[in-house]
Amino acid sequence: MSLPATRGSGRTGWSPGFLVKLVLIALVDALGVYAVLAAWGAGSWGILAAMVALLLVANWAYFSKRALPLKYILPGLAFLLVYQVYVVAYTGYVAFTNYGDGHNSTKEQAIEALLVQNERRVEGSPSSPLTVVADGDTLGFAIISPDGVVEAGTADQPLETVDGATVEAGRVTALPGYDVLEYAAVLERQQEVTELRVPVSSDPNEGSIRTQDARTGYVFTSTLEYDPASDTMTDTTTGVTYSPNDDGQFEAADGTTLPVGWRVLVGLDNFVTAFGDDRYAGPFGKILVWTFAFAVISVASTFLLGLFLAIAFNDTRLRGRRVYRTLVILPYAIPGFLAALLWSGLLNRSYGFVNEVLLGGAQIPWLTDPVLAKLAVLGVNLWLGFPYMFLICTGALQSLPTDVLEAAKIDGAGRWRTWRSITLPLLLVATAPLLISSFAFNFNNFTLIYMLTGGGPRFDDASVPLGHTDILISMVYSVSGLDGTAAKDYGLASALSIVIFVVVATISALAFRRTRSLEEIA
Amino acid sequence: MTTTIPPARSAAPPRRPAVTRRPSAARWFSDIGWRHLVGVLAVLYAGFPLVYVVSASLSDGGTLTGSNDLFASVSGANYVALGGTKFWTWMGNTLVVAVATGVGTVLMGAAAAYAFSRFRFSGRRVGLTALLVIQMFPQMLAFVAIFLLLISLGNVVPGLGLDSKLSLICVYLGGALGVNTFLMYGFFNTVPREIDEAAKIDGASHAQIYWTIVLRLTAPILAVVGLLSFISTFGEFIIARVLLQSEENWTLAVGLYGWVSSLQDANWGLFTAGAVISAVPVLALFLFLQKYIVGGLTAGSVKG
Repeated sequence: MSLPATRGSGRTGWSPGFLVKLVLIALVDALGVYAVLAAWGAGSWGILAAMVALLLVANWAYFSKRALPLKYILPGLAFLLVYQVYVVAYTGYVAFTNYGDGHNSTKEQAIEALLVQNERRVEGSPSSPLTVVADGDTLGFAIISPDGVVEAGTADQPLETVDGATVEAGRVTALPGYDVLEYAAVLERQQEVTELRVPVSSDPNEGSIRTQDARTGYVFTSTLEYDPASDTMTDTTTGVTYSPNDDGQFEAADGTTLPVGWRVLVGLDNFVTAFGDDRYAGPFGKILVWTFAFAVISVASTFLLGLFLAIAFNDTRLRGRRVYRTLVILPYAIPGFLAALLWSGLLNRSYGFVNEVLLGGAQIPWLTDPVLAKLAVLGVNLWLGFPYMFLICTGALQSLPTDVLEAAKIDGAGRWRTWRSITLPLLLVATAPLLISSFAFNFNNFTLIYMLTGGGPRFDDASVPLGHTDILISMVYSVSGLDGTAAKDYGLASALSIVIFVVVATISALAFRRTRSLEEIA
Repeated sequence: MTTTIPPARSAAPPRRPAVTRRPSAARWFSDIGWRHLVGVLAVLYAGFPLVYVVSASLSDGGTLTGSNDLFASVSGANYVALGGTKFWTWMGNTLVVAVATGVGTVLMGAAAAYAFSRFRFSGRRVGLTALLVIQMFPQMLAFVAIFLLLISLGNVVPGLGLDSKLSLICVYLGGALGVNTFLMYGFFNTVPREIDEAAKIDGASHAQIYWTIVLRLTAPILAVVGLLSFISTFGEFIIARVLLQSEENWTLAVGLYGWVSSLQDANWGLFTAGAVISAVPVLALFLFLQKYIVGGLTAGSVKG
């Protein structure tokens, strides 16, 4: 703050505005404190730190007299930092990890998952009379251990001795702190009961209690054993020892690995996969070329058609031009996803309107032939995009300075000469930034591609979920596996996002510089 | 138009427009007529899918094949059948999310633009440049990271996790500042500072100046930003698809995609009826406020 005039503007009295501010901040603080406590409970230290920082900054900004600009910027800034800046940075981080299926979590969680997945009933282990109990909504087991002690626990709470239990006919029938479940209730939650595992102690190597019939419990221990000292996993049945490798997996001497891994930094591996791997490099190259072609042709075709129409309707003698204009921009007013879905039906091979009616019953595979599908995508995007170009060209044509045009006429320039040397350059100056944004938009036009063709038809190599009309952003979506059709690979998907970012940012930067030089000429 | 023109008539008028003679048909065509021809063709091209969708939504068959005879039958069966689906839930979700995002975007964007336009503080230039740079990274590119972030947030505060409309709105609001602040900043700069200074001398606080003077004077740009934000949120697909998992919470884009992608033929009638209804709010807004939207577009924003 350097403007002296604004110094006195932070008012303090108990004005209505101050009260509103107080209530709002109290609300924010209450929610914030709740989130901080919840983060504490869940052990999410990153979120905890971020929340504390945000709360401190917010309170300082709104009660200090020296933070005037921040009062106005902070709300938007907070959202921007969390949901845009952070996620972009996180994308950058994930791009260098092997995050994805098989490498989903931290090493501790991976070890625990491995131990749990390989649990078997211990041969000859004693069975204990078991009762299904509930602590609120959480199911648990109460057992009578071989030495006659009643112990109870839930999935998150290892077994511990409970005093004061009622035991009748060798079974627990009442337990302080828990409700004993009736037989009918157990039947209702049968699946939950058979899947429940109550850890014997906080050491996962000791195994857990499980049951099949809700009456007897057995100790299950893992066939794998983790040794924290040497950081190795040992398979107790085969005696093979697995040690952690650089890829975030436990690996045996003969190269076999355990299925659950954890995420580690893998350096440039994801980028190498995109550009050099046998499975991905081919499709990636094709998709990259097609993405550029799609974006450039889309901008060019919509601009040319829009410009042509703008010129055609830019004549005051034309009667009904308002009607023409309104009707022509209708496609722009239709949400893009509806238009893409509508066209996918219109272009349907067997029943679509285009084949059936317009082409008299032809069976043209608009959306399933590699070349035709590309044409169809471009054609539909032309339909979707030309009204926008028409609008901006009309606006630009109407705001051309008339004195320049008159001067040209006086200097004896013909129609074509005027058009080429004056109208077009001025028009380009006015529309160039919008053409660049349009390029960037089409470069990432996920909705159109996904809804119209879904990226298909598929490439011949079926090992990757990619197709002939996929653009980079839809490739990211397929590779990420979030639609459930392929294995999740967040690392590779994020690396591809970074590639898109670099391409779009470079082109935007170059183009904006070029625009500036255009402006200087004009 | 191949009318042969008598040479005498065509030779006469060129340099003497003062002579009021009816222009020949060919002359009329080369001046005006072709524009009508282009206009009619363009309207047919732009309009036929729309006519088709209205006709298909009114047909009683409900299949893709049955929709090809335009207006062969007119019935409201498809519209009635929407009542038996989740369509109206999706419509409600979409409107809630889009309106909340639109309002939030306007409030936060305008506040930031006001600060950048009216106050001089250290970090102002850096802030403006940073916004320009951030603009270049569309939020949708980071959908994987958004998904992962929401998993972690959901473990702490369930309302902010996956499958929640609130968190979807929050994610959209994260993009509010980057996209719109510049548009508003430029407009705010055109409001003369003398007005706020006069108010300040009269004893108005910065908040009073903001709420009662600046926001009133910039109402047109606020309307444009709100509308553009509403429209782009209305049609946003990829983030909504990744975040919203249960059918109850879907937006129209996610829900209607589901109908068309699964069993396309059977759901066609439902889809077209739903499409007509969901296009109406956006279409109406657009046509009524066309003038403002076009102004906002040429000021540097793009349809999203």
